[in-house]
Amino acid sequence: MNQYYLSHLKELESEAIYVIREVVAQFERPALLFSGGKDSIVLAYLSRKAFYPARIPFPLVHIDTGHNFPETMEYRDWMVNELGVRLVVGSVQESIDKGRVKEETGINASRNALQTVTLLDTIEQNKFDAAMGGARRDEEKARAKERFFSHRDEFGQWDPKNQRPELWNLFNGRKNIGEHFRVFPISNWTEMDVWQYLFAENIPIPKLYYSHKREVILRDGTILSTSPWLKLKPGETPTEMTVRFRTCGDMPITGAVESDADTMEKIINEVAASRKTERGTRADDKRGETAMEDRKKSGYF
Amino acid sequence: MNQLLRFTTAGSVDDGKSTLIGRLLFDSKSIFEDQLEAVQASSSKKGFDYVDLSLLTDGLRSEREQGITIDVAYRYFATPKRKFIIADTPGHIQYTRNMVTGASTANLALILIDARKGLIEQTFRHSFLASLLKIPHIIVCVNKMDLVDFKEEVYEKIVEDYKAFSSKLEVHDIQFVPISALLGDNVVNRSQHMDWYKGATLLHMLETVHIESDYNHIDGRFPVQYVVRPQTREHQDFRGYAGRVAGGIFRVGEEILVLPSGFTSKIKTIQFGDEQLTQAFAPMSVTITLEDEIDISRGDIIAKPTNRPESNQDIETMLCWMNQRPMNLNSKFYLKHTSRETKAVLKEITYKLDISSGQRMEGVSQLMMNDIARVKLRTAQPLEFDSYRKNRITGSLILVDESTNETVAAGMII
Repeated sequence: MNQYYLSHLKELESEAIYVIREVVAQFERPALLFSGGKDSIVLAYLSRKAFYPARIPFPLVHIDTGHNFPETMEYRDWMVNELGVRLVVGSVQESIDKGRVKEETGINASRNALQTVTLLDTIEQNKFDAAMGGARRDEEKARAKERFFSHRDEFGQWDPKNQRPELWNLFNGRKNIGEHFRVFPISNWTEMDVWQYLFAENIPIPKLYYSHKREVILRDGTILSTSPWLKLKPGETPTEMTVRFRTCGDMPITGAVESDADTMEKIINEVAASRKTERGTRADDKRGETAMEDRKKSGYF
Repeated sequence: MNQLLRFTTAGSVDDGKSTLIGRLLFDSKSIFEDQLEAVQASSSKKGFDYVDLSLLTDGLRSEREQGITIDVAYRYFATPKRKFIIADTPGHIQYTRNMVTGASTANLALILIDARKGLIEQTFRHSFLASLLKIPHIIVCVNKMDLVDFKEEVYEKIVEDYKAFSSKLEVHDIQFVPISALLGDNVVNRSQHMDWYKGATLLHMLETVHIESDYNHIDGRFPVQYVVRPQTREHQDFRGYAGRVAGGIFRVGEEILVLPSGFTSKIKTIQFGDEQLTQAFAPMSVTITLEDEIDISRGDIIAKPTNRPESNQDIETMLCWMNQRPMNLNSKFYLKHTSRETKAVLKEITYKLDISSGQRMEGVSQLMMNDIARVKLRTAQPLEFDSYRKNRITGSLILVDESTNETVAAGMII
């Protein structure tokens, strides 16, 4: 055995950085979609490594649903400052106020689907021609076939049956005017890889991911945090539990897990032993077997 | 240290490929409860009396409706020894382009053979593609051993037949294993039914196959992807060349040659983020700075003065045509090779290959989707390249349609 090989994490890191650099080289106005979740945090740190000692040569874009965890917003602002990068915010509330979208009503109402319109509007207004995201192929069936460079037509739509073949590391970012690309540099990472990387690189993450005490309710097997946007059903009473979050989505639909994991090591052990996928706690994915595929086709993340 | 192994599987609906992948994921405990519940629910909805593990790998709606896999799907699992990425591709001839795509990044190919049927046309095709794409390792899984009463003679006959056929292939590392994906024999756990088999299980082979030499560590090649110029007060004169090492080993202080310009210089630093490295090898992404200020831009390649790639405008290549519209002589394309883009024209179709029989057909003037042919391309600017046999990174190219911007062909330089 010789010394010239990389660990799997180092190889994934090199691959992701290669993809990020291709984006900057091939597109005129790239951007990084930043949700405040761990995947987009990893992406932002990889971007810094890719261009060091220069600054990250593209802005972070946050699609603000107005239903964020306060911890996410606090982290976002800290990180933008830390990386010295420009922030562009697309507001779902603004899309609602302008009549671009209609707010869902009812007990399980969510702004998740509305984000798509705000996202596409933000891309169009800023003339972004490539939007990088932290989606991973291991997350969901529809994502397993996503390309690194994913072509979107002028309506922002994804056509899974007509994707460009992607060979070796030769990425084809050619497009016509009005079209754009979504690019997923950490496509090949799993949830475990992301955690191991955050740990190995000592990257700070929002407090939400660590175990803490929180006022919650239990609905259809999902632990939901109380918030001004969560409408309680008759008979639902908030209780305090020790929980943490595995993903960082909209406050009214992101489920927590009971957990004592208050350090990165404990989280990694918990993820290793977990028998449920991280998206298993997301109410938006439970809206039917092809919920993600349908949302993706219309331009979702 | 945990390594990454990328492997590809090709197979059709009934040779048990999806079941095998489902079995690998299931027995290596990579399936989550909610995924399993979803598959259990679908299985019982379809009226099956067993859990159909193949449903774990069926992705898009149209595939589920038709019960076929139409695209490349990527799957992930890990054991304490390695992390695995599976490029799962459909096996029928009409999906040759998907197989080529999946194979392009693979270290290893799994070839499935139905023990009842032995070698069939599809076996030849998949093995040939693995050889064409220079996948360094092959594991031949003789599947459905349960349906031939786990008989040693059946297995031995298939191994013998395959060896006879594969002597013509350019794959040097081939292993065999008798399995039952449905029952799990010799996939992750040793079979209780085949005492005569003394070899390793499939998973053990995947965990131990020697992949350290899969990258070229001899011929120094560094395609420049992007020039890093901070233009800040602190790093006013910094000029770094960002890229991913495609071959060989680059060391600080070493003399280098920049192509196509022909300038030489020495490596001043090799950086990765804020780390200073002493050397870099494939597939590391790094930033290199040089002792001298010379004009270098994206598309250039940094090599060694004593070991330079070939340079030519006439490129002989094996080509897989991937588009519904046929390819004609004298068609023009954008050509992408490493970080360089230029224009190319199809000058000659030397011959078309029948990938089931290996036979060559001359006098062909047009290529249809999924055809594989040896062709001559003429490029607008010279390419700095190696043969694909020598280096899969500097020896590969794609063609892009000028009007639709689609990726229409994959090329392996001879």
